[in-house]
Amino acid sequence: MQITLTVNGTEYTRDVEPRMLLVHFIRDELLLRGTHWGCDTSNCGTCTLWVDGEPVKSCTMLAVMADGRAIRTVEGLANGAELDPIQQGFIECHGLQCGFCTPGMMMTGRWLLDNNPNPSEGEIRECISGQICRCTGYKNIVSAIQWAAEHPATSEVTS
Amino acid sequence: MTAVEEVPLSPAGNPIGFGSMKRVEDARFVRGQGNYVDDVNLPGMLHSAILRSPHAHARIVSIDKSAAEALPGVVLVITGEMLAGVPRPSLLGDNFAWMPTLSYDTQAVLATDKVRFQGQEVAFVIAESKYIARDALELIDVEYDVLDAVMDAKKAMDPDAPVIRDDKGQTDNSITDVHGNQSWESGNAEATAAAIAAAEADPNCVVVTEQILYPRVHPAPMETCGSVAELNPVTGQLTLYTTSQAPHAHRTVYAMVAGLPEQKIRVISPDIGGGFGNKVGVYPGYVLSIVGSLLTGKPVKWMEDRSENLMSTSFARDYHMKATIAATKEGKILAVDVDVLADHGAFNGVAQPTNYPAGFFHIFSGSYDYPNAHCKVTPVYTNKAPGGVAYACSFRITEAAYVIERVVDCLAAELQMDPAELRLKNLIASDKFPYMSPTGWEYDSGEYEKTMRLAMEIAGYDELRREQAEKRAKGEYMGIGISFFTEGVGAGPRKTMDILGLGMADGIELRVHPTGKAVLRLSVQSQGQAHETTFAQIVSHELGIPPEDIDVVHGDTDQTPFGLGTYGSRSTPVSGAAASVVARKVRERAKIVAAAALECSPDDLEWELGRWYVKGDKERGKTIQEIALLSHSALELPEGIEGHLDATAVYNPPNLTYPYGCYICVVDVDVLTGQVKVRRFIAVDDCGVRINPMIVEGQVHGGLADGIGMALMELIAFDEDGNCLGGSFMDYLLPTAMECPDYELGETVTPSPHHPIGAKGVGESATVGSPAAVVNAVIDAISPFGVRHADMPLTPANVWRAVQGRPMRTDMAVE
Repeated sequence: MQITLTVNGTEYTRDVEPRMLLVHFIRDELLLRGTHWGCDTSNCGTCTLWVDGEPVKSCTMLAVMADGRAIRTVEGLANGAELDPIQQGFIECHGLQCGFCTPGMMMTGRWLLDNNPNPSEGEIRECISGQICRCTGYKNIVSAIQWAAEHPATSEVTS
Repeated sequence: MTAVEEVPLSPAGNPIGFGSMKRVEDARFVRGQGNYVDDVNLPGMLHSAILRSPHAHARIVSIDKSAAEALPGVVLVITGEMLAGVPRPSLLGDNFAWMPTLSYDTQAVLATDKVRFQGQEVAFVIAESKYIARDALELIDVEYDVLDAVMDAKKAMDPDAPVIRDDKGQTDNSITDVHGNQSWESGNAEATAAAIAAAEADPNCVVVTEQILYPRVHPAPMETCGSVAELNPVTGQLTLYTTSQAPHAHRTVYAMVAGLPEQKIRVISPDIGGGFGNKVGVYPGYVLSIVGSLLTGKPVKWMEDRSENLMSTSFARDYHMKATIAATKEGKILAVDVDVLADHGAFNGVAQPTNYPAGFFHIFSGSYDYPNAHCKVTPVYTNKAPGGVAYACSFRITEAAYVIERVVDCLAAELQMDPAELRLKNLIASDKFPYMSPTGWEYDSGEYEKTMRLAMEIAGYDELRREQAEKRAKGEYMGIGISFFTEGVGAGPRKTMDILGLGMADGIELRVHPTGKAVLRLSVQSQGQAHETTFAQIVSHELGIPPEDIDVVHGDTDQTPFGLGTYGSRSTPVSGAAASVVARKVRERAKIVAAAALECSPDDLEWELGRWYVKGDKERGKTIQEIALLSHSALELPEGIEGHLDATAVYNPPNLTYPYGCYICVVDVDVLTGQVKVRRFIAVDDCGVRINPMIVEGQVHGGLADGIGMALMELIAFDEDGNCLGGSFMDYLLPTAMECPDYELGETVTPSPHHPIGAKGVGESATVGSPAAVVNAVIDAISPFGVRHADMPLTPANVWRAVQGRPMRTDMAVE
């Protein structure tokens, strides 16, 4: 099937098998390797990206379901050389160790702050509770999102 | 936040030496530009999938792969029978169907005769895409003759138990190690038995015995295991991209397995998405990708899925422990005896030092000063996945710390004594260090009471006990759990410690370029510990070169010197020491160059951070950067000195280092639902000198989450037929941000006296120390219901049953 979709502002048209998962399409067809794959059951959330502005576990969606939609991945967070505050927050607060869950965590964190600029600790924890990190014990991820809340972007980001 | 002394800052604002600094690695990771194994794509690369056994124990009658081979896009289907026909001029057998484990056992690469656990590798499909490879698995027809399975370790040695390892000519399910032993003991059996018998006969003493299970759990790093093998048919060069915590050890094993010349093998372990011991072992999938490339002449990628990871790769624990503790009624511990039945699965795939087949479990006597201790560990084969290396276990010290900390709490309950008071009465006193433990470990340094009192102070221990009493009066149940652990890490002295004959020393190489910038090449491999940051800080501390001017190279055997890799918290104690030693060698070379430039004797020079200067004339000196350039210049050097500052070193540790800590966990238990809420977690760690306190704290945070998960949620269980009940993240529950509290950390710093910078290592401290704190807290909460022990994981159902007076034994092997 032929699909056309926008990823990080760039339009792509590709022929895909109807059964291909969106996460595999993003990784293997578009070669955007920042979105990771970590489980078979949509529990780990490392594949989280945005579809039309909403965070989605991209292993739960077929690529063909993204036809005509706008996708945003971790590669679309930074504005050129300028990091998004959520990225800077993860650096500032030691919010990552092995880095594998990090893209998904940042995509969810960015979405939370866009919809709730000053979340409580409890709201942050609940928002990332569909995602698993094995390294950080979550404390510094929460701090990283809080840091980003306290340092909003100076320039508009595209989504 | 830290007790690190103030150090000058570099132009980039980083500490020149120790202190919290942001990680070098983060720049790529936050941009999604990490390079993990599944991100490796080579031209012409083929994909693969493994057909796995649905049975725990079955004889393979036949395999029909014709339909799979006929599927368009399938390149090759490999079976065990085919592997048995691929000759290999190897040190360890004559074909590829079996491979050695890291414990001198053998493991099937693809099953030829029988399958021995559910999820075992049966066939390997190579195809043009991963979807086609998976399709082909469905088309392979395997006929099995299903056999009874041994799922209960306690029944493994029954006379009528099915024999699992008939391939080795065995007649029972015992495991014999390379020394010919079928059980592993340490300590003094007679003296310990006598002390316990005497205590039993003495009305002023008590003896407490408890059956304690550390159930089977899995490290489950977010990135599963995988590899990309490229064997060049012309040059014979093998390049293997792989999820390996120990690239050099793996290269040597592949040389042995594949019979390839070791210099033709390049193992590249790129960014690793978490390891926790899961990526220490050599798995059949890695070997199959190599064989696949050998047979197809193309690069072959193998990447397991999550169920494969949970069902077939290295599990952890599965120790059935019977612990007996004897003490006076005043609470002075007299003796501890532990008898362990160790479930090793179908192949003995543990990765312990050869002389320590039960790992360092023998350190179970813990942090207390008493004369008599003894343990005996008896391993058996069962029809479960092999391994036992994994999950930040610090070579089985996790099990050891758990059993002693649990049984000490049982003793406190028997004596009706506060568990903090009981521990304080028995902790090894500061003036006893170096302390020789009753099982023969020389603890290097410690100020245990200071650490414990700090933890109690942060927790507000007395106030918590008051609150608990008030709540109990109202029918609310909170619990306070303490754990005081001591680890022995940094394996190890090569005289006594090796894996497969490879001594556990690590090499390192430091080059200083003419402009004073440096490159450090490590044998160890980060899986998130930020070696690129902390190892630069060690060199910076020794030479005064800003950390941003030092690049760290690791994870590529062609680019780095030999060493045994990262596990058992050994990077800082072994390789970190090597970094310090090699930098000091450079400093000494720099001294000679500086003396030549300053026209004085090296003996007249004194070092301050970043420069040599003439004693008594501080203005007259040369910075390390100036010396680096001079070392490449026309400057005339003393005879025998060739110039340049580069140096290499191999660090052979004189002893293990002994990090320790005191953890206090506070839980609230809803006794009607069995729900446990971890309200607070206080962790005071003493890991010696902290190179980067921010990273140390991050390591502790992660380990605390591990401990909460294991204590409350995680379990790889099986049914009687051998079906794995923990084979996905739907069933194998890991803690999320909702189950983890906002940790409260503290620190004491007792440097290791024998480590060049006094560091001890911290990677596994929290995983080792925290499970007992959580379990002790839950049991403390429900102790009014007469509960003295219940096994992990303390799920709501298990807590509820315990409150009802029927504590669940999570493993059917324990009655």
